Amino acid sequence: MSDMEETEGAEAPVAPHRVIGTPPPSPRLLGSTAVAEPDAEAAAAVADGGEAVPEHVVGLPLDDPRVVEHGKRAERVVAACFTLAFFTGCGFVAAYVGLGVHTVDKTLRSNLALGLSLSLTLVLLGLGALIWVRHLMPDIEMTEERHDLRSDDKDRQTFEQTFKQGAGYSQFVKRPLIRRTLMLGTLPLLAAPVVLLRDLGPQPGTSLRHTVWSPGRRLLVQGINRPITPAQFNAPGSMITIVPEGYEDDADALTKAAVILIKFEPGQLQVPTRHAGGTLIGTMNWTVDNIVAYSKICTHVGCPVALYEQTTHHILCPCHQSTFDATTGATVIFGPAPRPLPQLPLAVDSSGYLVSRSDFTQPVGPSFWERG
Amino acid sequence: MSWINARRRRPAAGYAALLLGLVVVALVYGSLTSRGGVSQAAVGAQPDITAGKDLFQATCSSCHGLEAQGTSQAPSLIGAGAAAVYFQMSTGRMPAKEVGAENERGPVTFTPQQIEDIAGYVASLGGGPAIPTAEQVDPRKGNPGVGEELFSANCAQCHGFAGAGGALTYGKDAPPLTRATPTQIYTAMLTGPEAMPVFDDGALPPEAKRDIIAYITQTRVEPNPGGFSLGRTGPVTEGLVIFLGGLGFLVLIALWITARRRDPRPTGPIGTEQK
Repeated sequence: MSDMEETEGAEAPVAPHRVIGTPPPSPRLLGSTAVAEPDAEAAAAVADGGEAVPEHVVGLPLDDPRVVEHGKRAERVVAACFTLAFFTGCGFVAAYVGLGVHTVDKTLRSNLALGLSLSLTLVLLGLGALIWVRHLMPDIEMTEERHDLRSDDKDRQTFEQTFKQGAGYSQFVKRPLIRRTLMLGTLPLLAAPVVLLRDLGPQPGTSLRHTVWSPGRRLLVQGINRPITPAQFNAPGSMITIVPEGYEDDADALTKAAVILIKFEPGQLQVPTRHAGGTLIGTMNWTVDNIVAYSKICTHVGCPVALYEQTTHHILCPCHQSTFDATTGATVIFGPAPRPLPQLPLAVDSSGYLVSRSDFTQPVGPSFWERG
Repeated sequence: MSWINARRRRPAAGYAALLLGLVVVALVYGSLTSRGGVSQAAVGAQPDITAGKDLFQATCSSCHGLEAQGTSQAPSLIGAGAAAVYFQMSTGRMPAKEVGAENERGPVTFTPQQIEDIAGYVASLGGGPAIPTAEQVDPRKGNPGVGEELFSANCAQCHGFAGAGGALTYGKDAPPLTRATPTQIYTAMLTGPEAMPVFDDGALPPEAKRDIIAYITQTRVEPNPGGFSLGRTGPVTEGLVIFLGGLGFLVLIALWITARRRDPRPTGPIGTEQK
């Protein structure tokens, strides 16, 4: 601040600079700013009313008592911000060292203290810097020249000479044995990414087409892992999530094999139809006693669909509102899903429990291009 | 527009925009969450079926028919069971204010004894699920761990992962479970009111229902990390808050940083030197 005050000639008005890319100022505005009106608000209002680029308004000289007084106040505020930032920064270190993290409660408290102190420190530093820029640094418009990107011919010739000279000194051209063995030595490094990328596999193969459901595998109620009989699942309007026996806790298998089971009133369930290899097939014999099983994985992008309304028989996907009609083979009646939910063929085993008749006859989950 | 143009650069404009944003968020939130009515009904009294029949014919028969056989407006209650009556009446959904696909929770206009009587009368018409005992719904006897898995698999799609409720199709919604009593939760699972599927004892045994009740009551006392629950509706509210609140705040900060200053600021000498 002190060296700034030594400068003289403060009263000279500065002509408005035109910033590259902006429209030229209107003649009316040129006249108004040339007066060097120190009242910035009035000039700004004129600029706003004229819908033009606001002109750069000349402010007060540095040694004006108002500027000096304002600067002193701003300096104190900035210093206070930075000092507070020091204390909150110390608080961060203290919280990191002092607060334990070996229980959930302690970790929550530690996270709160660490986050609060660190963010306060950064905000205070930023705030101080902002006030510094806005209230202390003088408001100057500068114009910077643009230069050509291309170097001039002399520089380019010099560079070419230097390059050729270096090539000559290194004897890279003169000694082909060194040059070729160097290239040979780096060749395996070029091939390395191919090997590394290849090892990201194995390729999925046909695993997307199959789930762990197989003939005779029992349906278990997820959570309590108990098999279920048609007699137990006999209240119309019932719905329950099912997992395959033997894979109750296998998250990898369940991402594809999860199923919802729905019970209907007699007569509500219409003959669900499926396309298999281009021919239409009825799947009523895939149901048992008006109980039908659909894949729980949405055919759009694979969200779990279990939002079942027993009044409308709609199955809704909460992610993108794809809606399936459960009475007609989970046909799509709304939303982005491209095909019905695959249906799991059901049967009853010798003990009376519900089992799968086979795997799904088509891939479950998001549709992919070779689905077939 | 010119009125806005003339004022948008004033120092107060940023604060005004912030205030406006906060008011809009508050109004939207208020309109989405306001819901009146508190209800609670005790279980355990002996039903008086004769009194229940009189009450039924006085207050329910205009829609459900004199013998509860159902009309074009409302379904038959023969076989609906005491549990269905208890759920519908103790939550104030019945008697319904209007005929529609969905009734909201509301003030309860009957005493617990009257509800028991009507439930007893409806049960006498054709059986149906009964009201559970106090032990069957005791959350302390349930396993919230198992309940969490059952709730996630079968309930969370509609009611949200912490029972905060959620939207269904065509304007219907799944209510929040924050005020439902254990018996109301149990009877709702047993009878499948409105669009909700039925979870009868064959599919979800009574112990499994008690586990779910234990989980729901447990979520109510869980602390909220960070201090705000945000309705516990999951990433939707959190995203909305950070998008409207956080992003809006950053925009206001950017406006403030680049705003034109009004106080005296030196130029002159250094500006002329730079030329």
